[in-house]
Amino acid sequence: MKLELRGITKKFGAFTANDSIDLTVESGQVHSLLGENGAGKSTLMNVLFGLYEPTAGEILVDGTPVRFSGPGEAMAAGIGMVHQHFMLIPVFTVAENVALGDEHTRAGGILDLETTRRRIREISDRFGFHVDPDALVEDLPVGVQQRVEIIKALVRDARVLILVEPTAVLTPQETDELLDIIRQLRDSGTAVVFISHKLREVKAISTQITVLRRGRVVGTADPGADQSELAALMVGRDVVLNREKSAPTLGEETFTVSNLTVLSPAGVRLVDDVSFGIRQGEVLAVAGVQGNGQTELAEAIMGLHKAQGSIRLDGEELLGRTTRQVIRAGVGYVPEDRSTDGLVGPFTVAENLVLNRYDRPPAGNGLQLDPKAIRRLAEKRVQEFDIRTQGVDLPVGTLSGGNQQKVVMARELVDDLKLFIASQPTRGVDVGSIEFLHERIIRERDSGTPVMIISTELDEVLDLADRIAVMYHGRIIGIVPGDTSRDDLGLMMAGIDPAASPQDTTPKGATA
Amino acid sequence: MSTTVTVPSGSGSGASPATGSAPQPQREIVRHWATPITFAVLTVISLLVFALGASGESATFRISTEADAVQIPDIVVPTVAAGWTITVLLAALTVWGLLAVRRRGTVPGWGSAVFAVLFVAGFLVWVVGAANTTTVFLTGLIAGAFVLAVPLIFGSMAGVLSERAGVVNIAIEGQLLAGAFTAAVTGSVTGSVWAGLLAAVVAGALVSALLAVFSIRYLVNQVIVGVVLNVLVAGLTSFLFSTLLSSDSSRFNSPPHFSSIRIPVLADIPVIGPIFFDQTVLGYGMYLIVAALYVGLFHTRWGLRVRAVGEHPKAADTVGINVLRTRYVNVLLAGAIAGMGGAFFTLVNSSSFSKEMTAGQGFIALAAVIFGRWNPIGAFFAALLFGFATNMQFVLAILGTPVPSQFMAMLPYLVTILVVAGLVGRSRGPAAAGTPYVKE
Repeated sequence: MKLELRGITKKFGAFTANDSIDLTVESGQVHSLLGENGAGKSTLMNVLFGLYEPTAGEILVDGTPVRFSGPGEAMAAGIGMVHQHFMLIPVFTVAENVALGDEHTRAGGILDLETTRRRIREISDRFGFHVDPDALVEDLPVGVQQRVEIIKALVRDARVLILVEPTAVLTPQETDELLDIIRQLRDSGTAVVFISHKLREVKAISTQITVLRRGRVVGTADPGADQSELAALMVGRDVVLNREKSAPTLGEETFTVSNLTVLSPAGVRLVDDVSFGIRQGEVLAVAGVQGNGQTELAEAIMGLHKAQGSIRLDGEELLGRTTRQVIRAGVGYVPEDRSTDGLVGPFTVAENLVLNRYDRPPAGNGLQLDPKAIRRLAEKRVQEFDIRTQGVDLPVGTLSGGNQQKVVMARELVDDLKLFIASQPTRGVDVGSIEFLHERIIRERDSGTPVMIISTELDEVLDLADRIAVMYHGRIIGIVPGDTSRDDLGLMMAGIDPAASPQDTTPKGATA
Repeated sequence: MSTTVTVPSGSGSGASPATGSAPQPQREIVRHWATPITFAVLTVISLLVFALGASGESATFRISTEADAVQIPDIVVPTVAAGWTITVLLAALTVWGLLAVRRRGTVPGWGSAVFAVLFVAGFLVWVVGAANTTTVFLTGLIAGAFVLAVPLIFGSMAGVLSERAGVVNIAIEGQLLAGAFTAAVTGSVTGSVWAGLLAAVVAGALVSALLAVFSIRYLVNQVIVGVVLNVLVAGLTSFLFSTLLSSDSSRFNSPPHFSSIRIPVLADIPVIGPIFFDQTVLGYGMYLIVAALYVGLFHTRWGLRVRAVGEHPKAADTVGINVLRTRYVNVLLAGAIAGMGGAFFTLVNSSSFSKEMTAGQGFIALAAVIFGRWNPIGAFFAALLFGFATNMQFVLAILGTPVPSQFMAMLPYLVTILVVAGLVGRSRGPAAAGTPYVKE
């Protein structure tokens, strides 16, 4: 089967998300779509999957133009999609999820899940998926949920499989397994479209690479291309991929967390007896796959989550204080989701810049605000952080992701910080802003502040960390030096401590 | 009201990322003390009232009437002995409940059910023993509960169906009332009960159509639309009642009635005969609808899709299910069912329509939906319990009990609050209920 996109253009009002894009994928090929967040990859795939109507251009299957008015038609034409956020119903079983929309029925519309179960077992055996058709989806780890998504597509005889940022939630090991699965699919004749912004994976899996930038195809490359070449293509200018940072000047250990435990309402230990300390002038990066307790750890420190244990800053206990008191104790905090937790979208840039100190001079006095002072403050910060905005009176929601993140950073990186915590500091931010934000974080470290970075991006962790704490199922698997190898970190992110069991990583025949 | 303790459940070792079977995260038992505390409070009440406050007389429960083919002797219960026995049993259940929470965090659902039945029995014995007339017709009490539960059951089915599809249906009250009104008027004018029933179905669906259009098409908050619709229907029917219906009540407000269809032989079985086999068409239809909804929701393609739309509409959309159409259809269907329940008021139960005659039953039906955990069978039994409480209030008022009648009138609502707050525990409804679905 051959799938062709010709001159696909998609406009949202005045904004052009896709500008006459051409793309071809044939069976037995893996065509990667490489691009930064906001480059138009998802829009393009939603057009292909019938979720959006293209403004112009056409889709051809085996040379015949087709039109999909919805996902159902796209699936009928043999196109399957694994969405970045899984489209699974948590309270349904695997079989129910797979059957949904394509059910086998007996007389009177009575569900026949047995046929579906058999198909799941067949596919599961063929590709080594190990998926139980009767397991509830909400009980499955994300890696397995992703396989359920792939099964969903295969059961419907998908001959083109689109994977959108499929590795975002996986450990490095799970990522390798996924790449193996994709190779198997490719060899069995499936055409795969692999959408990612991760250069390493794209290089490892592709037979062809198309690079998107600002809604346009800016080039194609073959998988042999150099990483920095691809990065330059993706970003539009030369990028320094691995920048050396200066060695840290360590001071005292002023921030300590001991035996911290956070429970979910259902009693799951989200953070499980975690202890660590950060010294002045040091960056501790908390690595781990999304959802292993990092978010809750940061929120517990900020007083946003109930917790047991102890959190001490400069000898004072922070646990049990309100968030406002924690901020007043000198903690700067960049939450992981700027649009819901970091900023108030309809508020102006200036207002957002004083959200953490609107009630004290110079911004105000608790009774009233001082708009002039707030404006002056904002203009200074906008300049300092190179925030690209038409003015400080604009709603912050109109800024680009990178500039929004700079607003959050500018607000939190105030003078006299005693502790700086940044959760996913560069998620969904363009490469140019990433460089800037990383530089600011290192500068804060060098001014003698203990810094805690929480990131699921291994690249970011390795760029910033002086030490790395890896979290897995709420526990810290180990705290290792900042130059630990990617492989070791990957194992730790899967819950295996390489230091504790070195045999696990050496081949069996090595001793013979 | 919950405490926690560490109990590691996964083995914690043997991580095998290759198969994705990572060890389960450690889970702690979260203890919900609300249920055993409710048990304890009720046990104390039982001790003070049923045991220590027993009248000393005997309560007589009649089961058969003289006309019955099979005669079952009356049950005579000494109130003091019964009060103490039940108190001891309740205390035992309370202790058991406390232990269950200590051990595994929650009290099993059947424990609450047994407790409720015992408590109700204790209350019955005490109140009948203390009444002016110490004899009560038990079969009538239960049969009456079934009759009073009919609109509640119809209403709760409407709630289950609508919420399973992701639309919160607060407008059950309005749908019932609209059904009752149109059934009365249409029935009176045409002289046909069937025309009345059909009109009620249409009226319920029309109220639902408003709910659907505003909440699905115009994304108005579903709770607010529901409340507004209730007020709208109440106002409209009251206005028409005092103008049109009062002007010529023999023409507009004297509907014909469904007569009972007695199934021979089966209806002669003591106790259950008159309950199940001596019903109107609406009564039989109710059982059919409950069964059909249960099978439909959990064992058919249609039901799988409806539940998917109520849980995760976007996921349903990506497999080609038309989310909005599914919601429209189910909300309309829900309204039709509630309308049928409304017809029960005027075509079966009362002689004519009167102002706001549904008297909050739609809201009790909503409680039954939650108590029944969005399951048609569960909601059916929940509605029965509420119906029983209502009927007890009527029966006991006739017997002349020591409890002031105003307090007795509170009984059904008291039971609702107790049940929803104390006995249900944490229940999880359809995840997307109340959230409109908007395509990007």
